[in-house]
Amino acid sequence: MAHSRFIKDRGLTARMTLTMFLLGALFVALIVTLMYLFSGYAPIIGVIGIGIAFYQWWSSDKVAMRAMRAREVTPEEAPELHGMIDRLCALADMPKPRVGVADMDIPNAFATGRSPNRSVVCVTTGILRTLNAEELEGVLAHELSHVAHRDVLVMTVASSAGIVAGMITQSAQYGGFALFGGNRRDNNNGGALPAYLIALLLSLVVYAVSFFLTRLLSRYREMCADRAGAYLTMKPAALASALQKITGEMAAIPQKDLRSSSAMNAFFIAPAISGASLKTLSSTHPSLEQRLEQLARIQAELGRPGA
Amino acid sequence: MSFWNSIFGRSTPKTANLDALFMVPSAAITLQTAAGLEPSGTGAVCFRSAGGAAFAQTQQEIVALLEADPRAPAVEVTQDRFGFTWLLVHRDPLDIAGLCTDLHAVNTILQDQGFGTGLLCSLIPFQAADGAKVGLVYLYKQGTFYPFAPTGPERRDNLLELNVRDHLAAELPMEKDLQRWLAVWGAPGL
Repeated sequence: MAHSRFIKDRGLTARMTLTMFLLGALFVALIVTLMYLFSGYAPIIGVIGIGIAFYQWWSSDKVAMRAMRAREVTPEEAPELHGMIDRLCALADMPKPRVGVADMDIPNAFATGRSPNRSVVCVTTGILRTLNAEELEGVLAHELSHVAHRDVLVMTVASSAGIVAGMITQSAQYGGFALFGGNRRDNNNGGALPAYLIALLLSLVVYAVSFFLTRLLSRYREMCADRAGAYLTMKPAALASALQKITGEMAAIPQKDLRSSSAMNAFFIAPAISGASLKTLSSTHPSLEQRLEQLARIQAELGRPGA
Repeated sequence: MSFWNSIFGRSTPKTANLDALFMVPSAAITLQTAAGLEPSGTGAVCFRSAGGAAFAQTQQEIVALLEADPRAPAVEVTQDRFGFTWLLVHRDPLDIAGLCTDLHAVNTILQDQGFGTGLLCSLIPFQAADGAKVGLVYLYKQGTFYPFAPTGPERRDNLLELNVRDHLAAELPMEKDLQRWLAVWGAPGL
């Protein structure tokens, strides 16, 4: 009887479900409160916010490639890289994504795109120099798992509450009073102002909470991608050594060069910012220790003599 | 992948589909009569070897089983540059059913030990009278076949490949997506 060496991580699944539920509840609470406070123009803000989130998701491959100044490479230009991805896709039975290379010294890789059929896996020239073939394959398997798990879609939906709340908070700068207060029947400022302040305060709170929750969710998704990638290549040790190399080098690179890539952080294999403040709560990636620990567990399961 | 597996990020590697391999013997006769391609008496299984003691043990078990037959020549184990292991099995060119049984034995042992997810492809080389070689490649995860005809370093004879596909379309599940016809340069036996 064939058995599977895949270990289900129920704890991780449960924590992730709770986080996603809280984010959803936050979004609903925000929208319902806004609808209650303002009957007229407020839904427009919500619709615009969702529209922005949708656009981010829909054009994520193009935007990300442009932001990273990456270019697509053909199988003739990068036969090794394509061969590696071909084999991983055949193993995982998934459509082959497009392949991009960004001319950057930061050793990193990311995957993005609206669906597995329209996705891009991109590596930097730095990572191609830093890692050996086995480690690079581990990293590519991690990125392909992000594609298979539709992480861009999940993270975009998860951050929509934050986007709407952020827009309302910012609207204070651009005369949000008029937008929210204009439709009140008693057209004096006395009625509109408290309602607007409540909305502003609520948005700030929602924004802050959703910021931490999306970061938490992002860390869980990274753990999932690590796990799926390790099972795909069956070499958790290769991914572990790649992570050690990448994060070790990342810490050595000065902060200034890294700032330009901060918009893309959530989709990287290792975050390109090595700040220290509030690190555990607000980072998009789990700590190296946590990731290595999980990979070690998978390695142990794969190495256990079977029945 | 199912909706919930995406949402929860717990994609399990797909298990290999082993059954279609037994359709190869009848397809080999078609290739022989219709296209003049003779089996070359070898067959190879390509898989990912996992790290750790359990896998090394399983691989030894497989090689021991295949070599237990006193008439069988040694099984060749090679590593390719992508980190995949190839097991090359030799058989009498006329005994293609026996070859498929051997390949199937490799697959079942790997699967029994929980390494079935690491199976990438299986390759059965054929040879024409003029020396042209075509490998019939079986993709375990897709459960489909495709031909691979290398003519030189990094060059393949696409016309011959499409020709072979058309000959076998009625007998074997052929891979429809040409993107998946991945080149296996330097595969043992070709």
